[in-house]
Amino acid sequence: MQEHSEHHIVPKRVYALVFATLIALTWVTAWVATVDLGAFNIYVALSIATFKASIVVLFFMHVKYGTRLTKFIVCSGILWLMFLLFVTMGDIWTRSWMGVPGR
Amino acid sequence: MSSHSSVAAHDAAHDPNLKHHFENADQQKESASIGMWVFLLTELMFFGGLFLAYFVYRQWYPEAFIAASNKTDVLVGAINTTVLICSSLTMALAVHYASKGRRELLVLFLIATLLLGGIFLGVKGYEYHDKWVHHEIPGEHFECHGCADEVHTQLFFSLYFGMTGLHASHMIIGFGVLLVLIWQAWKGQFSAKWYTPIEMFGLYWHFVDIVWIFLFPLLYLIDRVGRPLL
Repeated sequence: MQEHSEHHIVPKRVYALVFATLIALTWVTAWVATVDLGAFNIYVALSIATFKASIVVLFFMHVKYGTRLTKFIVCSGILWLMFLLFVTMGDIWTRSWMGVPGR
Repeated sequence: MSSHSSVAAHDAAHDPNLKHHFENADQQKESASIGMWVFLLTELMFFGGLFLAYFVYRQWYPEAFIAASNKTDVLVGAINTTVLICSSLTMALAVHYASKGRRELLVLFLIATLLLGGIFLGVKGYEYHDKWVHHEIPGEHFECHGCADEVHTQLFFSLYFGMTGLHASHMIIGFGVLLVLIWQAWKGQFSAKWYTPIEMFGLYWHFVDIVWIFLFPLLYLIDRVGRPLL
């Protein structure tokens, strides 16, 4: 079945809301970096960035209103990026556990 | 004979922007969109390699990364992030008005996007100049007074210039494409029925924005605890 996503025009107030959220979170992320959360600072920063990126993808890039094929392709790309990052970092994080030479 | 006449009728009603190998405009549009997304995913893996290098070295040399990151100017970085987000909004509005066939507003918002992109690059140039003046460019003349681990402080700056430089080169390419699109939009080459180049460029521009959304906290905001932010 053909999906008629392109006839969906996103209302301007959605753009305004996404924009306001992005601006607010930019300054929140700068402020929260000064709060001592120990090792969690980077996870908070990355969570905020991921949330910001998600709303850009969903609303500015119209993936929320896209076809299922588009959504599938976007998700598969993100999945491969996660393989790249987490498989390698899994190695880096756990290498010292075994006392393997070369970190 | 009947099939011949139906082909003729089809051609008479043919949308000049619809290529013959597509069934209809919807299919053509989805193909363009998916093609653009596949390109952006190759870009995602391209930048992903640099982000991975960043995470590995940050894991190995946390102190050097903290020392180096604290040399960046958070206020300038936050302002530039704001500028780039504004340019994403103007780009989204350009696509919005393109879909409504509003030529003047389309041109206006494309020009706004171009100007905001130009401001971002200008601020980036100011920052690079600042790094140059303070001998923070990796290499022979690199200086870091009071750095415990100068070699890996340089490594941070190598990643800083590699990642922001690759990002800025994407902005410069986008700047050039925008000039062409503004010209085409001004000449009225797009309509509510067909504005695919505007929409595809919008995807590219938002992608470049997303890269910066991650670069800002990773490069500027490592361990700012107990330090004045601005």
